[in-house]
Amino acid sequence: MWGFLAQGPEENRGFAGRDAGAAARMSGFVAHLRENGLRIGPMETRIALAALTHVEAARPDQARAALKAVCSGCKDEAIGFDALFDAYWMDMGRVRQKVIPKTKPLKSNDDVQSSRDAQGRDSHSSGQSTAPDGGQGEADSDGEGKLIATQMRNLSRRDLRDLVRPEDIAQAQEVARRLGDALRDRRSRRRIAARKGDRLHFRKIIRRSLSTGGEPIRLYRKNRPDRARKIVALCDVSGSMSVYAQVFLAFLAGLMRGDPTADAYLFHTRLVRITEALRDKDPLRAVGRMSLMADGFGGGSKIGESLMRFTYTYARRFVDGRSVVVILSDGYDTTGPDTLDAALAKLRKRGCKIIWLNPLKGWNGYSPIAAAMAAALPHIDLFRAANTLADLAALEQELTRL
Amino acid sequence: MTWTSLQTGMAEQNYIASDDLAVALHLALSLERPLLLEGAAGVGKTEVARVLSALRDAKLIRLQCYEGLDAAQAIYEWNYQRQLLAIRTATGTGESGAQIEERIFSRDYLLERPLLQAITQDTPPVLLIDEIDRADEEFEAFLLEMLAENQITVPELGTIAAKAKPIVILTSNGTRDLSDALRRRCLYAYVDYPDRETELAILQARCAEIEARLADQIIGFVQSLRNEELEKVPGIAEMLDFAAALMGLGINDLTEDPKVLQNTLSTLLKTQSDRAQITTEVAQRLAGKAA
Repeated sequence: MWGFLAQGPEENRGFAGRDAGAAARMSGFVAHLRENGLRIGPMETRIALAALTHVEAARPDQARAALKAVCSGCKDEAIGFDALFDAYWMDMGRVRQKVIPKTKPLKSNDDVQSSRDAQGRDSHSSGQSTAPDGGQGEADSDGEGKLIATQMRNLSRRDLRDLVRPEDIAQAQEVARRLGDALRDRRSRRRIAARKGDRLHFRKIIRRSLSTGGEPIRLYRKNRPDRARKIVALCDVSGSMSVYAQVFLAFLAGLMRGDPTADAYLFHTRLVRITEALRDKDPLRAVGRMSLMADGFGGGSKIGESLMRFTYTYARRFVDGRSVVVILSDGYDTTGPDTLDAALAKLRKRGCKIIWLNPLKGWNGYSPIAAAMAAALPHIDLFRAANTLADLAALEQELTRL
Repeated sequence: MTWTSLQTGMAEQNYIASDDLAVALHLALSLERPLLLEGAAGVGKTEVARVLSALRDAKLIRLQCYEGLDAAQAIYEWNYQRQLLAIRTATGTGESGAQIEERIFSRDYLLERPLLQAITQDTPPVLLIDEIDRADEEFEAFLLEMLAENQITVPELGTIAAKAKPIVILTSNGTRDLSDALRRRCLYAYVDYPDRETELAILQARCAEIEARLADQIIGFVQSLRNEELEKVPGIAEMLDFAAALMGLGINDLTEDPKVLQNTLSTLLKTQSDRAQITTEVAQRLAGKAA
């Protein structure tokens, strides 16, 4: 049964033969998985060993399927598991595969999303603001990970940390919190105890009636509470927007830190989800991680294409009737307005509100004649200027009315 | 029971499971751990539970999750109206307070919801927690005690431990993140759209009388349709509807009549823009490739 775990029989020469004994090999395998970003504790190791006794563990395909069921926890891990299994057991060397951070999942992740960081690292791991993971891992600027290749290609990349100061973030956090409070929704379905409400809170009535000898004298009620809306922010970081980037990026960083349900994306010629990066405990390190993801920053913009991609992928999971989509862009699109039109029309069908904040609108005599902007207008619930944090703060009133 | 016999058993129930899924199910049964199934809508996740309950001759208890689902709907609720009545009627009979309390907080006054039902069965039932991602995150926390310890705590009664450990299947379409705490307590299997051979086997298992050539065409057509950019990708149930529609109309060849093909597409394409995108020409091209 433990054929491929035992040491060196001729027919199993293909497996890792470095450690003696089955348990030692399994723990070696678990260490290998951990190195590659899977989160596995002692309990999973124990279950994995137990699982192998229920299949023909000598057959690699069965052992693989069994260990996959136990050790993987989300779609990405399930898909990447086969390669990790081969690398360890099939004598392709115990090579540590470079795990590419969250922005580039192993395969486009269309219908399943996990809260795990693809690197398996906690956001508060060691590290300085200049090297998000302490210079040990993939983010090290001297490494040879995939990110670096894109860095080489893209000379126009700018470090967002030059643009955003910690004070800005703290200030933006306050603004973002107030905006979040302004966006209230009355549609929670779960009822909680309330002074006035449409249903009786029987549990409480019975409990409190004890003090009046079982006579339910006071009636307690429950009602649907207000619930905050979910903010989804999409920020344009193309060349034409770089002047305003400071404000908007600080706003995004503040938004993420203040509101645990918010979601943020950057786009220029492509779309990047930066939610995970911005949740980093250290605000500057968060911006550092964000700038690693924003290669192509300051280049051209494909608003329509990026929004279309957003609509087809992330929006399906994260945007619903309770969401407010905030688009921060000047509306200068290098592709035609048709895609933008279609993307926004489709996005609207998800029942969300769409707010477009355009820094140019603050200019005297500005009218939205850029083709993309004109195409977008019919789909937008609120179209406002926003150049500074103060402008954003002033939005509070408008949002309450939305 | 080995996983291959499980796979064969499921095939007899007309469910063709991939090797990965069969092994995961087998482990879930033998290690007595819950199994989390993820995958797009329409790949047969819910069906797994139904087939499993038929196979094991076990009762299927289903909890459909929805937004706002709370403990009162999922685990238990006291029958408050009855309790109030019992208190009123007891006042005349001279029962002491302690007696009344004991009576109204007994199992007779407890309304069992699916989770509590599942752990109070004498034989292990199959508990299907469907579309867990629709319930809000707070609800996952209610599940943890039940999934890990197979017990439920009712403050007034104490902890109720499972008489027979239920076989728990959770399904998720991935409309939101599930918590790590929940994932850690489950075995995991990702259910993908079936490949050509598997889907052909499914079709033949469900419609035994279908002609081999038409079956081949249908599967080829549906598989290439999945590669198109669609809002709602057709699942297995849609494919079966499509096959049934074609057979009902007495079609033997997909390419035969473009008009009929276009009309039967209503079984596969469920949004207006998908219908608009797959024009007669596109449908003909896909059907031509499949033939």
